[in-house]
Amino acid sequence: MTALAITGLTKSFGGLRVTKGVDLAVEPGERRLIIGPNGAGKTTLFNLITGELAADAGSIALFGRDITRAPCRRRAHLGLARTYQIITLFPRDTILRNVVLALLGLSGLRWNPLVDLKRQRHLAARAREALALVGLAHVADRPLTETSYGERRRVEIAMAMAQNPKVLLLDEPFAGLSIDERRDVRQLLAAIPDDVTIVMIEHNMDVALDFADRITLLHFGEVIVEGTRAEVVADPRTREVYLGE
Amino acid sequence: MTRVTAPNAAFALALLGLSTVPLWVGNSYYVDVASQILLFAVFALALNVLVGYGGLVSLGHAGLFAVSGYTAGLMLQAGFGHAAAIAGAVLVTLLASAVFAVLALRSTGIGFLMITLALGQILWGIAYRWADLTNGDNGVSISARPAPFGISLSGAPSFYYATLVVFLFALAAMAAFERSPFGASLRGTRDQARRMTALGYNVWLIRFLAFLFSGFWCSVAGLLYLYNKQFISPQVSALQASAEVLLMVISGGAATLLGPIAGAAVVVIMKYVVSAYVVRWNLVLGVIFVAIISFMPEGLVPGSVRIWGFARRRWRALRPARKSASGAPP
Repeated sequence: MTALAITGLTKSFGGLRVTKGVDLAVEPGERRLIIGPNGAGKTTLFNLITGELAADAGSIALFGRDITRAPCRRRAHLGLARTYQIITLFPRDTILRNVVLALLGLSGLRWNPLVDLKRQRHLAARAREALALVGLAHVADRPLTETSYGERRRVEIAMAMAQNPKVLLLDEPFAGLSIDERRDVRQLLAAIPDDVTIVMIEHNMDVALDFADRITLLHFGEVIVEGTRAEVVADPRTREVYLGE
Repeated sequence: MTRVTAPNAAFALALLGLSTVPLWVGNSYYVDVASQILLFAVFALALNVLVGYGGLVSLGHAGLFAVSGYTAGLMLQAGFGHAAAIAGAVLVTLLASAVFAVLALRSTGIGFLMITLALGQILWGIAYRWADLTNGDNGVSISARPAPFGISLSGAPSFYYATLVVFLFALAAMAAFERSPFGASLRGTRDQARRMTALGYNVWLIRFLAFLFSGFWCSVAGLLYLYNKQFISPQVSALQASAEVLLMVISGGAATLLGPIAGAAVVVIMKYVVSAYVVRWNLVLGVIFVAIISFMPEGLVPGSVRIWGFARRRWRALRPARKSASGAPP
């Protein structure tokens, strides 16, 4: 069964058609890279998949289950998690509390107004595990305001991983990172087990090429090329999009 | 260890102080002022749920406060008992809060503020103009305070103790709420609503339930007010009353447990104590607010904590310097 199946997905902002009949089929365990120049509609595609934007037409299915009309929060409960290109964290809290909030979102405990959240040891323990995965266990109790940009990028990933997703959407996880930090993030992504299907957006082709099983090239909201790494790199249309006619 | 016990000791001391107010405040007028501080503190704590933890600034809360007082007042006038009037007031206020929430939560920020303002004004209009129901400008009087467990609340000290008990319940509820998972969820919707949705939270429902929680304690405060004054008039629901309670929250420190209480104390003391000595007490209140905003923009309580910490660090840094200075030859 296809992990993520998208057919004829369309979205317009006023007169601007940002997603034009996109078809995408990602198999379970696959690592899919979505590339494309600025304004290609990559992040919009993610927003449509997660339900943060409603599609005008087309359908989205998660493991055979149609989620086109499911609200964004429901999709999270069905196993969809994402990170943001523009870091979207809780600035007044500690790193640990950020990840605890990610865990709490999928727990019935989130409605409880009586118990002390700090005493929910199982949540804190699982949050620390997720932070250990991204190498941030030693700074877990630090306020988010006292962390570096690279650490915040990794908090994004830890939060998504804490949700124990079936399909993980990574929106430019390397954006703004130094060469060393990129290597660390690449290693940590490579360590994610195969039962998590990953779709990753990357603006810069070279950064994540070796990560992907298959690559989809998006340009002005349309799928231009799709295929294996070698096929996409060799395709003249890829060069045309990236280097201009 | 001392760090844990210092706030506990302070709390015990405050509790001791509060529970002996009628003993060391001889004049029953000032005991009544203390009751008013506590009941307005309950009101401010209720509003703080939305303003502080939810990031939803409401300017219509006096309307909910008044709905509660008017419902109980009119039911008592119609011959219902106190228990029925109190239950009725809480139910009607919760219903009004639900209507407020459904309409106002279509938006956040300025939109939310304007819708709550408009709804509050509608309630004020009803209280002021629908004279057949509300007796208009003349307001509604009730003949007696209730006597729970056979204890008469007619005197200022006994009413004070009743108010204190209710206040402590409100404080306990807020403290539990603040550290609970639901409280964390509400703060999450304030700081990063979009992410909360993507994490699986129902942002709208969280805000709606928080609104009801806030509405419940508004209702409790409204009831305390009615029984305290044994009278309620349209003034209570006016925009100025909403602004006043919002000022209590913001000046004391939004999103803190003690801030709204401090804010309520400042405003009520100005209104009922300083006004006896200073004709233009409004001016004094204004100056105090300007000072708070200038020197402690985060509010009285968090601001004092910050300045206290700063002063202590400076003191510690200065001490060794002094020693070496005094040790130096003249």
